[in-house]
Amino acid sequence: MKKLKRCAALLLALLTLCLPLSGCHGSRGLDAFTVPEAFDETRDYEITFWAKNDTNKTQTAIYESAIASFESLYPNIHVTLRLYTDYGKIYNDVITNIATGTTPNVCITYPDHIATYMTGSNTVAPLDGLFADAQYGLGGSALRYDSPAYEEVVPQFLEECAIGGQHYAIPYMRSTEACYINKTYVEALGYELPDALTWDFIWEVSEAALAQDADGNYRVNGQKVLIPFIYKSTDNMMIQMLRQSGAGYSTDQGDILLFNDDTASLLTTIAQHAKTGAFSTFKISSYPANFLNAGQCIFAVDSTAGATWMGSGAPLLDISPDKLVQFETAVRPIPQFDPDNPQMISQGPSVCVFNKADPQEVLASWLFAQYLLTNDVQIAYAQTEGYVPVTLKAQQSDEYQDYLSRAGEDGSLHYAVKLQATQLLLDHVGDTFTTPVFNGSASLRDAAGQLIENVCKSVRRGQVVDDAYLDSLYRDVSSLYRLDQLSSGGTAAAGKADLGPLPFTAAALLAALGVTWVCIALYVVFTAVKKKSLLKKGNAH
Amino acid sequence: MKKFIALILALLMVLSLAGCAAGGKDADVFAKSEGTMTYAEYAAAPVDSQVTIEAFVQAKQSWWEDKATVYAMDKDGGYFLYDMACSEADYEKLTQGAKIKVTGYKGEWAGEVEIMDATFELMDGSYVAEAVDATAWLGTDELINHMNQFVAFKGMTIEPSTDADGNEAAFLYNWDGSGEDGNDLYFNASINGQTYNFCVESYLCDNTTDVYNAVEALNIGDTVDMEGFLYWYEGANPHVTSITVK
Repeated sequence: MKKLKRCAALLLALLTLCLPLSGCHGSRGLDAFTVPEAFDETRDYEITFWAKNDTNKTQTAIYESAIASFESLYPNIHVTLRLYTDYGKIYNDVITNIATGTTPNVCITYPDHIATYMTGSNTVAPLDGLFADAQYGLGGSALRYDSPAYEEVVPQFLEECAIGGQHYAIPYMRSTEACYINKTYVEALGYELPDALTWDFIWEVSEAALAQDADGNYRVNGQKVLIPFIYKSTDNMMIQMLRQSGAGYSTDQGDILLFNDDTASLLTTIAQHAKTGAFSTFKISSYPANFLNAGQCIFAVDSTAGATWMGSGAPLLDISPDKLVQFETAVRPIPQFDPDNPQMISQGPSVCVFNKADPQEVLASWLFAQYLLTNDVQIAYAQTEGYVPVTLKAQQSDEYQDYLSRAGEDGSLHYAVKLQATQLLLDHVGDTFTTPVFNGSASLRDAAGQLIENVCKSVRRGQVVDDAYLDSLYRDVSSLYRLDQLSSGGTAAAGKADLGPLPFTAAALLAALGVTWVCIALYVVFTAVKKKSLLKKGNAH
Repeated sequence: MKKFIALILALLMVLSLAGCAAGGKDADVFAKSEGTMTYAEYAAAPVDSQVTIEAFVQAKQSWWEDKATVYAMDKDGGYFLYDMACSEADYEKLTQGAKIKVTGYKGEWAGEVEIMDATFELMDGSYVAEAVDATAWLGTDELINHMNQFVAFKGMTIEPSTDADGNEAAFLYNWDGSGEDGNDLYFNASINGQTYNFCVESYLCDNTTDVYNAVEALNIGDTVDMEGFLYWYEGANPHVTSITVK
């Protein structure tokens, strides 16, 4: 009997050791979030909010003001703001914090990034249940603020936040890209600026602008420096060119189609213009706005959310005033292959809510995230740049309509270029698109831009861009972004990729746990049987 | 007399040996191997051309995904090595003074001349540059000739910046005050009636460093001596690495 007790004690000790270990393992995979029946307002909640601003103090102030207003409505929820100026840095920090179980509660992000976050089990809270909740959902009855109803969120923007049929984010702001143009120079070169730009037009004018005088000054600007066409985001450039030309990029399921003949053809054209100096990129040369404002660029493609940096009268400037050149700025949609069927990217920040062990904490996070959709926040933030509010409630409000109607009244809040950029997106919401989201789509996006960057750098350095070069480039870029390691058909959007067999140590631990439970069960049965037999014996006596 | 002459000769021999040793060491450490550019040749090379230089690591700015950004110098000039291919293990070997041979392409980004898409190999030798006093070059065409060098600015007065609320401040988080602790610090300092902008680049000197904390403690009107690297962004944008309030 003593031996049996020792054995049981040993097994219990083993169990005591194993259970916390399995608990640790389990902490990487939270239970699926379910919406609580009611929000427990007797408790205090500490919520972290990781946000991105465009190095814009007004945006920072709006975040801070939104937090203060929200906390006054919900005094038991305390929101701590952590600011970033770079989506990539947020992404990297979130990835790091998933591993340690220290993700923020609410985070500004892109759906591409969420797809990667979701490779952890139940890391990101699905929002459909929250959307529909009668009390705390969109337009919910128990909310202490005027939230938009589900149908008041622009459906297309909301759809961009769905992954695998489930919403994992809410849109926060939307923008697209615009071409900011030195119209004065275009006309000086003898061209009339069309309402709809084509790629052919941009290339032709850019090449024409390269004419120099005997002293090496460009005739159009009288300066030694001119890059007629600069693109800020080359990943967007490639994605949009492919989309406009009906060429492959990826399937919805995550099959990579980027490395095709159409891409090669586009790269060959881009290389020709990079070689002459008619075209360059942000990564190679610097911000398009700086060149545009210095009279050293004619076509600058950048986000509508960068409009306040564009033009002679731009409220934000990054060059010294003595370098600023006066010119007329025009704003157009990005160049198209088929101007009758324009297509442009939809982009801009979304907000996701991270899952936590405590559903009440998630609900508190959701209450704050949803607060970002209120008119006060939406309209104020949209006005900081060429952003568009993501709710119809805000877009159709008198306040916002009044704002739009006052374009050009001043050089700051109603800066004409900013409002033209905003109007551009409002007029073309139906022409916008997004790319499929899956685990790996963020890398594919990077790869698309890298193809353009590499081609431009190569021709500037005297290399020949031909079929052999492009074959090699495809291999290098595919390998660099590990696209060659993505399984065909996609590592699924919901992050349910086959992770292969369990490691030996995990299998051994699980086996030990199983053996332990069997031994305990045997011991319990043995004790019960023995007790019964003793009772029988006692009764017999 | 013989003893005296012997003593003099011995002294001369020692001195000459010491001289040879010193001269030899200097000559060796700064000597360029075959195929390596002098700083003058590098400076004259056109943008986008391939360059090979030998220089000494002065400061490391960042490492991420096998790419390192480093300030390096030789005795004639400074180099900014941007996103140079570098394993994490090799990054640890890039200690201050370490000599490296770098091959890459000359680039220019917003005015900053740099070597990009570079690879490097470690070499024997070490050199840590003294800061060159660049105070007198502020606002002159001479300043750009010292781009990326380790320089000093002395006797400057901290001038106000305007923070996010429109108030005067001795420094800002980010260029416009939109940031927070941990972001780049920007501040103004003047000399001879002219004000210039300076930066503590948070990747180069994060918020745990002395310089970061010293700048956070600045007051308008303080007189300071500074050292740092002469980075360029649409004009001079010195990345300060030390500051002393006088």
